[in-house]
Amino acid sequence: MKTIAISELNRLFEAISGGRKLYIPAEDGAGQAKFTPWRDGLKLTDKLNTVRSAKDLFFPQVENLVNFKVTGKQIEIIENRDISEPFAVFGVRGCDCRSFDILDRVFLSDPVDTYYQTRRENGLVITLACTRPAETCFCGTFGIDPASPGGDVTCWMEGDALYWQANTEKGKALTAELPMLRDCGEEAVETQKTRIRGALEKLPLRDLDLTGFDGEHMQTLFRSEKWAELSESCLGCGTCTFVCPTCQCYDVQEFNTGTEVKRFRCWDSCMYSDFTQMSAGQPRPTQKERFRQRFMHKLVYFPSNNHGIYGCVGCGRCLQKCPIHMNIVKVARTLKEEMK
Amino acid sequence: MQERVKQKAIELLENGTVDRVLGWKTGEFFYDLTPAVFTSREEAETNFVFSAFSGANLSKYLIAESRKGGKVAVFLKPCDSYSFTQLLKEHRIWRENVYAVGVQCDGMCDAEKLRDAGCEGILSVREEGENLIVGTLYGEKTVARKDALLERCTVCKSKKIVTFDELIGENGEELDSDRFAEVARLEAMTPEERFDFWRGELSRCIRCNACRNVCPACSCEKCVFDNADSGVRNKAAADSFEEKLFHIIRAFHVAGRCTDCGECSRVCPQHIPLHLLNRKFIKDINELYGTYQAGADPETKPPLTDYTVSDCEPSVVYERGGKP
Repeated sequence: MKTIAISELNRLFEAISGGRKLYIPAEDGAGQAKFTPWRDGLKLTDKLNTVRSAKDLFFPQVENLVNFKVTGKQIEIIENRDISEPFAVFGVRGCDCRSFDILDRVFLSDPVDTYYQTRRENGLVITLACTRPAETCFCGTFGIDPASPGGDVTCWMEGDALYWQANTEKGKALTAELPMLRDCGEEAVETQKTRIRGALEKLPLRDLDLTGFDGEHMQTLFRSEKWAELSESCLGCGTCTFVCPTCQCYDVQEFNTGTEVKRFRCWDSCMYSDFTQMSAGQPRPTQKERFRQRFMHKLVYFPSNNHGIYGCVGCGRCLQKCPIHMNIVKVARTLKEEMK
Repeated sequence: MQERVKQKAIELLENGTVDRVLGWKTGEFFYDLTPAVFTSREEAETNFVFSAFSGANLSKYLIAESRKGGKVAVFLKPCDSYSFTQLLKEHRIWRENVYAVGVQCDGMCDAEKLRDAGCEGILSVREEGENLIVGTLYGEKTVARKDALLERCTVCKSKKIVTFDELIGENGEELDSDRFAEVARLEAMTPEERFDFWRGELSRCIRCNACRNVCPACSCEKCVFDNADSGVRNKAAADSFEEKLFHIIRAFHVAGRCTDCGECSRVCPQHIPLHLLNRKFIKDINELYGTYQAGADPETKPPLTDYTVSDCEPSVVYERGGKP
């Protein structure tokens, strides 16, 4: 365990950013938190979490895939992927840290997505324990411990000090670059962990239980009549999808510049009317089917293909941001009744 | 008031005035109400809520609901009634299938405003005079009620319910609000300053389309931005400011029809003050064509789709300081 005074954070950030680009959660023009490239003096936010998740740094909303140039009967294929440089992201919460495990299962299983893989290799994850979880937090449902959030390095902020624990080889190598970190005991961190676990006991969503959301109940859940009522006021916007740390669906599109074709990928949302649209049409013709897809994917399809691991980490962003306040907690509670 | 609205919902279902009621449904917390259709007394008794957090404007849902046959009751706050009336004017809602109940409104609060005011772990709220006492996981916090209000409520344009079949509470008057003050501040900037302002705001856009999808004026069956054949469906922005095009085009498209209901800014997850774009158009229309409020009544011809000889000429741009 290492430590540094919080008043020295700027120096620490400066040292980390020496060998790589550093992102820290800082407040944007509207006072909300966002992972922002560090610059001298940039202040770490007090907010619990960012609006956009740490997913953005590994799986950006838009990225170039490849370009094509056609001359006569010749097609030239031009590598055009965005250059990924080494980077570190500080202040990742336990929920977002777990989301990388979920994204890895999608992008790093065969066939490996080399665009994502490169960023994972280049990225260092420095987590920060949550001292003040929100009423919308339910990471406990997924066995996440926000008092020990993991990543390459785990940090805790207690009193006027930051505590630092390297967890991986990458984390240890980074620690070796940071002489301003001093050795220390674990008492302060242990005290904080106890306090955080006490706070978790008081969270209103701590009782959310997903037992029964699995492949066994796929047909019952899929056919539930509750979907109509749950989705009836869904606006069909992409807010939940775009703030979600685990949503991983994307679209591959091409843009003809007149001299060449740029192939890019961009996030897609199952809530959108053109999601997975093919020449034969839209397989999910109304918002009910699109809405159902999102929650079936997270609560049933994903766990049944991934040893029971849900496609949700309980960060609560969708609870806070959905314009009509419909969300995975309400869906799970309503469908749970069906399975009784 | 809250109980009267709920009892009215039950009464209308019970006495057969309607077979469905469009209202707000209780959530996990006190603030996360969801627009919902109620069909039985039991459902309404258990789940119907009208409170200071019933900010969602239900008018747009009537485009679909009024076409389903039978009769649907809807609860409309004053600003919602402008959206409703505007949609009637555009022949988008089948009026004969709707029973509109106007509800007096003292301004709507929003959990995001409480969060902006520094509340963490929000569990409860109670009113004490001009303040809200917010119960949180970390103790009580006092927030001035005005700081918890939606932006549109802090500059409320009207307490008048313009279209209704029945009223709960008092009908109010149009207010002399200073809702254009922020627009005037932007107008006073140099073009460079204004450009920087909007770049700062719109660069946060994540293009979730919530503003468009919630907007009562955005009622096209298929948006041009969702149409692959249109050539403008931009699924990727070339840079962080490219989304300006979407927002500016949308603002032009709803110009003259936007009632300034403020839903775009309420739902924006990135807290972009989108209403300022629309309000600029409203202010310009007022100045160039005479005061006009979309949705204020079903008859007045909208200035942008009407012609009078006194209409301004395109050269007005130069007269107002634009450069050739």
